[in-house]
Amino acid sequence: MSSTTIEQARQRTGRMLGSEAIIRSLEAEGVEICWGIPGGAILPLYDAFMAIDHSIEHVLVRHEQGAGHMAQGYARATGNVGVCIATSGPGATNLVTPIADAFLDSTPLVAITGQVPTHLIGTDAFQEADITGIVMPIVKHSFLVQRAEDIPKAIHEAFHIASTGRPGPVLVDIPKDLQLTEIDFAYVEAVDLPGYSAEFPRQLDGVDAAAELIAQARKPVLYVGGGVINGEGSDDLILLAEALQVPVTTTLLAKGAFPDSHPLSVQMPGMHGSKYANWTIHRSDLLITVGARFDDRVTGKLDAFAPGAKIIHFDIDPAEISKNRTADVALIGELRTTLPALRDAVLARADNAERQEQQGDWLRDVQGWRRDNPFRYKKGEKLKPQYVIEAFGKALKGKDAIWVTGVGQHQMWAAQFLSIDGPRRWLTSGGLGTMGFGVPAAIGAQQGCPDAYVVNFDGDGCFQMTLQELATAVCYDVPVIHAVMNNGWLGMVRQWQELFHGERYSETNLFGTIPDFVKLADAYGCLALRAETEAEVDAVVAEAIAARRPTVIDFRIDHEEKVYPMVPSGAASHEMIDQAWDNDWIEEGV
Amino acid sequence: MATPGHHTLSVLVENRPGVLSRVSGLFSRRGFNIESLAVGPTERHDRSVITIRVDCTRHSVEQVVKQLDKLIDVIHVLEVLPDMAIERELLLVKVQADAAHRLEIMRMAEVFNARVVDAGAESLLLECVEHPDRLAALEELLSPYTIVEAVRTGRVAMTRASIANGESRPPLRIVG
Repeated sequence: MSSTTIEQARQRTGRMLGSEAIIRSLEAEGVEICWGIPGGAILPLYDAFMAIDHSIEHVLVRHEQGAGHMAQGYARATGNVGVCIATSGPGATNLVTPIADAFLDSTPLVAITGQVPTHLIGTDAFQEADITGIVMPIVKHSFLVQRAEDIPKAIHEAFHIASTGRPGPVLVDIPKDLQLTEIDFAYVEAVDLPGYSAEFPRQLDGVDAAAELIAQARKPVLYVGGGVINGEGSDDLILLAEALQVPVTTTLLAKGAFPDSHPLSVQMPGMHGSKYANWTIHRSDLLITVGARFDDRVTGKLDAFAPGAKIIHFDIDPAEISKNRTADVALIGELRTTLPALRDAVLARADNAERQEQQGDWLRDVQGWRRDNPFRYKKGEKLKPQYVIEAFGKALKGKDAIWVTGVGQHQMWAAQFLSIDGPRRWLTSGGLGTMGFGVPAAIGAQQGCPDAYVVNFDGDGCFQMTLQELATAVCYDVPVIHAVMNNGWLGMVRQWQELFHGERYSETNLFGTIPDFVKLADAYGCLALRAETEAEVDAVVAEAIAARRPTVIDFRIDHEEKVYPMVPSGAASHEMIDQAWDNDWIEEGV
Repeated sequence: MATPGHHTLSVLVENRPGVLSRVSGLFSRRGFNIESLAVGPTERHDRSVITIRVDCTRHSVEQVVKQLDKLIDVIHVLEVLPDMAIERELLLVKVQADAAHRLEIMRMAEVFNARVVDAGAESLLLECVEHPDRLAALEELLSPYTIVEAVRTGRVAMTRASIANGESRPPLRIVG
């Protein structure tokens, strides 16, 4: 929405129902699109959507979880706040998973829920659920609006909280009777939140100490997390990395924050990260941590993670500093301020050229590990998922593509085999690991970026959790390509069972119960394709990309293919297992 | 100094519905155990103070302070250091007191600045406002007479006037 339109929306005043006030408030926040499903307690809002002139597109989804993930996909692809709407009770509880997902991955999300009328609250009324109570541990904040005249203020504060500082989900619960109460509407610019300030705590006095640690280090590495994307810090990160000439590892959430193709990149660390990223971290003597949080999927056994390294920690959230790993120097604040400050401090030092020279051997070692230990897979008789992912990567090279995934093996293969060079072009559920994220998140991302090519790499297990949203995709003509890596199993769980549970495949085999995805997608009105061999892959990929319509491709992949390398759960991060070319297990170490 | 591991937090919050459950919920979600909790209004009607006693490591208390600070309804968090603060708690205790022991108990109560607020044929009800450690000592001394019932409010605390220099709730800076 243009800034003049937003300005006009903010000037609006007048007598109106609470329901209209919700829409006017959303307009004043610049909302162009939202996702939801009507129901009893939110009916007045949906009535207002139809009864008044307004500028917001509402997308009718098939399940509220889809609305939440679409809003997330939109938010992460565009940087705007995502908005989803549901009725009370089951509508609201269906939003719980996306809200939790947004909380763990710090996604700006505003969820608006209808609530039973105020006089019925607490009586176990029809479709009553205490949604503010249910989501309390998984929201940045929540509001249960108690007076109709508070609606504009609550919505404005919700957007302010969701989008500033460390972003996150905010829920606004609005009882039905308040939606039907007349109020004097006026947009409130000021926020009345004494416990929350957009002037976030800043701690910049560590800049010189950080520059000193960098000067002393011989084996520094930049360890980059999703905060760089949320904080719009990619450009400053690249400048810092190039000034320092140190290797850069990007976590699953940070993929694209630093270009995968950059010579300093060692790509993803952690459980299914690259050997060279994990070795680099393990051997380093300084982790320059930027918007990352030492998650257990990155660190493995925490005590053994980067055992010889000092820690510089950049974050906007003071609570992340020294939460899992004690920081030697903390830089708290917006990355757009802190990253350039550190770069300036490093470049200003008289010993900078000397430092670079002393760290040169380290960089050459790291780049050698990268050259000698690429992600790899073995060709076989059956179709390999990695081949499919590479085929998409090649076909869309140079085009604006957004890559979305579900959760599991296909997610890790995509993270390993796609090269992504810009922020907001890789959307995946990291912290919560939400199977079913892919289909709706991809739809939301495409609606936010209509010109981009959006590909959802999904698994057959994930796909069946949210595939009803294909109907939404077809209704709104959202041309996402859903590339289903169909191996007939809950593949990642199967992999753990094969490796760590004596090949007891307890309840992971979906064979025989998987519907024919081509027929199913066809029934929804999608372009439906299938590939079972490598020879068929290029043709279906090309056809799907050219079609620009909702598309499902059923890739029948080798069900025994596993994700390697792998840090077994509880092991130190450099203790990776891999598959050797002769099929024996080998232990790789530094 | 307090016993190592015990920390008192004074949490200034907005006086809004649901605030107490946000604060207490954070403790349970992050795995911190609350030993005592007292909540009540302040000099301003729109603010309350929640005084929380926890038993945890220094690292944990720093983490819990930071997490509390992130709650939107929390205005600030002050760790109350015993040397710098006055801490008080109210005890109501009903103790068996027959004619033979009644005077003895009343004399003991006097030593602790406890008052007899009610009396029955077989028992006395005492009230005592003191430092929590003193209340524990009083309970200990009363226990041979059989305590029928005892209830405590949880501690509240305030920075000493001599230290605060007239400033209201000087915040404690937590360094990462």
